[in-house]
Amino acid sequence: MSATIVSLDLDPEVPLSQQGPAPARVVAGFGFWLFLLSDIILFAALFATYAVLSSATAGGPTGTELFDKRHVFMETLCLLASSVTCGFGSLAVARTDARAMYLAMIATFVLGAAFLWMEVTEFAGMVSMGAGPSHSAFLSAFFALVGTHGLHVTLGLAWLVVMLLQVATLGFQPMVARRFFCFGLFWHALDIVWIGVFSIVYLGAH
Amino acid sequence: MLGRLSWDAIPFDQPIPLVTSIVMVCGIFAILALITVKGWWPYLWNEWITSVDHKRIGVMYMVLALVMLIRGFADAIMMRSQLALAAGHAAGFLPPEHYDQIFSAHGTIMIFFMAMPFVIGLMNFAVPLQLGVRDVAFPVLNSVSFWLTASGVLLVNLSLFIGEFARTGWLAYPPLSELSYSPGVGVDYYLWSLQISGVGTLLSGINLTTTILKMRAPGMGYRRMPVFCWTALASNLLIVAAFPVLTATFGMLLLDRYCDFHFFTNDLGGNPMMYVNLIWIWGHPEVYILILPAFGVFSEVIATFSGKALFGYRSMVMATMVICVLAFMVWLHHFFTMGAGADVNAFFGVMTMIIAIPTGVKVFNWLFTLYGGRVRFAVPVYWTIGFMVTFVIGGMTGVLMAIPPADFVLHNSLFLIAHFHNVIIGGVVFGVMAGYTYWFPKAFGFKLNEPIGKAIFWCWFLGFYLAFMPLYALGLMGATRRMQHYPDVHWQPLMLVALGGAVLIFCGIVLTGLQLVVSIRARARNRDLTGDPWNGRTLEWSTPSPPPAWNFTHLPQVDRADAFWAAKQGTGPAVRSKPERPLGPLHVPRNTATGVFVAFFAVILGFALIWRIEWLATVGLIGAVAVALRQAWQKDREMVITADEVSEFERLNVRETA
Amino acid sequence: MQADSPAQGHSPGVATGSDPHHGRSYLIGLGFALVLTAASFWASSTPLVYARALPVLIAVLAVAQMGVHVAFFLHVSSAPDQANNFLALAFGVFITALVVFGSLFIMANLDHNMVSMDQLMQMQR
Repeated sequence: MSATIVSLDLDPEVPLSQQGPAPARVVAGFGFWLFLLSDIILFAALFATYAVLSSATAGGPTGTELFDKRHVFMETLCLLASSVTCGFGSLAVARTDARAMYLAMIATFVLGAAFLWMEVTEFAGMVSMGAGPSHSAFLSAFFALVGTHGLHVTLGLAWLVVMLLQVATLGFQPMVARRFFCFGLFWHALDIVWIGVFSIVYLGAH
Repeated sequence: MLGRLSWDAIPFDQPIPLVTSIVMVCGIFAILALITVKGWWPYLWNEWITSVDHKRIGVMYMVLALVMLIRGFADAIMMRSQLALAAGHAAGFLPPEHYDQIFSAHGTIMIFFMAMPFVIGLMNFAVPLQLGVRDVAFPVLNSVSFWLTASGVLLVNLSLFIGEFARTGWLAYPPLSELSYSPGVGVDYYLWSLQISGVGTLLSGINLTTTILKMRAPGMGYRRMPVFCWTALASNLLIVAAFPVLTATFGMLLLDRYCDFHFFTNDLGGNPMMYVNLIWIWGHPEVYILILPAFGVFSEVIATFSGKALFGYRSMVMATMVICVLAFMVWLHHFFTMGAGADVNAFFGVMTMIIAIPTGVKVFNWLFTLYGGRVRFAVPVYWTIGFMVTFVIGGMTGVLMAIPPADFVLHNSLFLIAHFHNVIIGGVVFGVMAGYTYWFPKAFGFKLNEPIGKAIFWCWFLGFYLAFMPLYALGLMGATRRMQHYPDVHWQPLMLVALGGAVLIFCGIVLTGLQLVVSIRARARNRDLTGDPWNGRTLEWSTPSPPPAWNFTHLPQVDRADAFWAAKQGTGPAVRSKPERPLGPLHVPRNTATGVFVAFFAVILGFALIWRIEWLATVGLIGAVAVALRQAWQKDREMVITADEVSEFERLNVRETA
Repeated sequence: MQADSPAQGHSPGVATGSDPHHGRSYLIGLGFALVLTAASFWASSTPLVYARALPVLIAVLAVAQMGVHVAFFLHVSSAPDQANNFLALAFGVFITALVVFGSLFIMANLDHNMVSMDQLMQMQR
C-alpha cells in the first residue's frame, strides 16, 4: 500500500493529521493496536464474568484451596522475562541483526513455553482432583479466563515459530519486519493481561 | 463418522420448510447453471470473488444484504399472516415450534445479515473515496471480512433444510438456549454462524477505523473530513469495542453447551442473568453501529440536495462522538424488568434519556440545513424526510420506555416491537435505501429509475405505518411479542391492518427488483458522464463513474472541508495533487482467493462443529490455517497499472470538472 | 519533533529513531516490573497489610505494573505523535472499566433483589 503513496513535499509545520496517509508500518502497527484493544475488551468480558461468578462454588473447592502462589509467581517471572527478551528481539529486527534476533526470540519461546507448561500442569492437577470446569460456575469462569489467556500464549508461540520461518525463508523484508513488530505488541499485551489475571484471580482469591 | 448428522435432519415431515428448501436449492442451482452456461465464471472470479477493491467488496456486501432482506422478510410475512389468522380459537397455519424458529431467524437475519452488511457495504464503498485515498488500510483483510460474513449467511440458510434453527429469539437467552432445554442443533447453528461472521465484522471495524484515522488525503485534517466519515469512525470504534463482548459471551454459551461448563446454567452456580447483562453490553452499541452511518448518509444527502454546507459541522461531529461514548452507558434499559433495584434502573433510565439529546442536535442541524436551501426533491431526499418524521416518532416511544415504571408495563409487548422497528426501519432501512440510491450512479455509472424509486419509498413509508402503528395500540392493550396465537378476537382487525402494511412493504421490495431491471436496461440513456450526477460536495464526486481500480489518478490534496465543492464554485483551488506529475505506473493490491478459501474452510469448520463431526472440524481448521499461511508467504502482492493503461482510461472517461 | 514523525504519528511499540539506548528502556521496565510484582505477591501473603485494604493495594500495584508495560515496553505516551495510540488505549480502558464495574454493579444489585438460583430451583421441586 505504501508504494502507491508518492511522498509529497509538505511543510513540516503542517499538523500530523494533515500530512496525508501514513506509511505502511504505522498503518499496520495501529491496526494491530486496535485489534489488541478489542482482545483486551474480550478479556474484560471474561474478567467481569469471573468477578461475578467467583463465589459461585456450588459447595465445591474455592480459589484459596486450589491456588499455589509460588507456582503463579514462577509463571509470572517467566512471562515477564519473555517480554523483555521479546523487546530485545524487536530491537534486533529493527537492526536486521539475524543472530541477535534468533537468540532473543528463541529465549522468548522457551520462557513462553515454560509458562505454558506450568499452567497446563496446574490445570491437569485441578482436573484430576475433581476441580475441573464442569464442577461449578466459579471453576468454569476460572478455566475460561485463565485458559483463554493460555490459548493466546499458545497461538503466540505458534506465530513466533511462523515468524522465525519467515525470516529464515524471506529475510528481513518490510512485510516480515512489520509482522514481527505486531508480534511484539501482541506478546507485551499478553503480559499486561497476565498482570490482571494473577492479581485478580490468584492474589484476589477468597 | 458423521457425528449427530443423519437423514432425520432433513425436514421431510414439515411441508413449509421442505418446500421452501427445495425452491431455494433449485433457485441456487438455476443461478449456478446460468452462470456456467453463459461462461461468466472467469469474470466473476477475477473481477468480484477474488477482488480486494473496497468498491467491489462494498457492492458485494450490499447484494448479500438485499438477498437476505428477502429471506428475512419472508419470515416477517409468515408471522404477520399467522397473527392475522390465529385469533380466538383459530390455530393459524404455523405450529409453535416452527413459529419460534421463524421469529428467531427473522431477527437474526435482519440484524446480522441484512442491516450490518448493508451499512458496512456503504461505508466500505464510500469512505476511501471520500477520504481521497486508493483503498482501505488492509484490502486483503477486507475481502476476508466479507467472505466470513457470507459464511455466516450460508450456515444460517443451511439450517432451513439440514436440521433446524434456534427457537430462542434472536438473542438466545439461557437457560432456554442451554443444552438441557435446547438439545437440538438450532442454537448451535445460531452461535457458530454468528461467531464466524462476528470475526469478519470485527476485522472490518479495525480496517475502517485505521483507514479513517491513518489514511486521509493530504490536507484533510479531522475537521475537514466529511460527516459520513465521522459517523463511520464512530460506528467502527463501536464495532471494535462491542463485538469482542459478543464473541466472549457466545464463547461462554458454547462452552456450556459443548464442554459442560456452568456459566449460565440453572445449576452448580450458573447465572443466566450474566448472559443477559453481557449480551446487551454488546446489543445496545450494536444498534448505534447501525444507525450512525445512516445518520451520516442523511447528512451527506441533505447538504448535497439543499446546495448548502451542512449546518453546524462541529456540533454534528461532537454529537456523533458523544453518542459513540454514551452508547456504552445505557444497556440495562433492555432489561429493566429483570430484577435490578430502583437505583440501578434510575441511573440507566436517566442515561437513556440523555442519549436522546445529541440525536436531537442532529435533527435540528438537518432541519437548519434544509432551511434556506434550494431543495431538490430527488429520491434520496424523500427517504431523508421520511426518516426525519418516522425516526423522531420511534425515538419518542423509546424515551417513553426509558422510564422504568412505564417499561414495566410495556417491556416485551408489541409496543416494544413497534418501537424498535420504528427506529430501525425509519432510521437504518431508510438510510441505507437513501445511500443506495445516492451512490448507485457512482458505483455503476448510471442512475436508478426515479419514478420507481419514489414508488418504492411510498410503499415502504405507508407500509411501515400501516404495519406498525397498530402494534403500538396492541401493545398497550396487552399483546406480547413472540406470540403464536391470542385469545382476544378484538385484536384481529388491527392484526389484519398490520398484515396489509407488510404486503405494501413487500410491494416496495418487489419494486426494488423491478427498478434494477428497468434501470439496467435503460442505462445507456441514463449514463453519468461527469462523475458528479447530483452536483455533490465531497471527493467521491471528483472521480469518473465508476471510478477506476486506483480511485484517483491524481491523488487529491485539500485545504478545507467540501474542497471539491469550493473548487467547482471557483472559491477554492482544484483538488488534484500538485504539481501535476506525469501519469506514472500505479500500484494496486493484487486480487487474491484467500478470502473466499478461508470462508470456505470456516463453513466446513462451523458445520462440523454444529453436527459434532470431529474429523471434519479438524479439516476445516487446518484448511483455514493453511490458507492464511499461504497468504503470509505471498510476496507478489501488488499489481502494476502501466502509465498507458492509466492515460487510456483518462482519455475515455474523464470530463474536466474540477 | 514533527519533522521526524511519520504522517499521522507513530504506531505503538516503535522505538523513536534508532536510539542506541533503547535497550535500556526494557531493562528499566523490567526493574520496575520486578519490584512491583514482588510487592504484589509479598503483600498478599504477609500479615503486615491491613486485610480490608489489600484488594485496593493489589489493584493499584496491578495498574502500576500495566503502566510500566505500556510506557517502557510499548512506548505509548502522551506525546503528540502518539495521540491516536493514547486515545485508542484510553477508549479501551474506559470500555473495560464500564464492562467490569458496570457488570459488578448490576449483578450485585440483582443478587440483592432476587431469589438465588439455588433457592429458585428448590422451589420448583
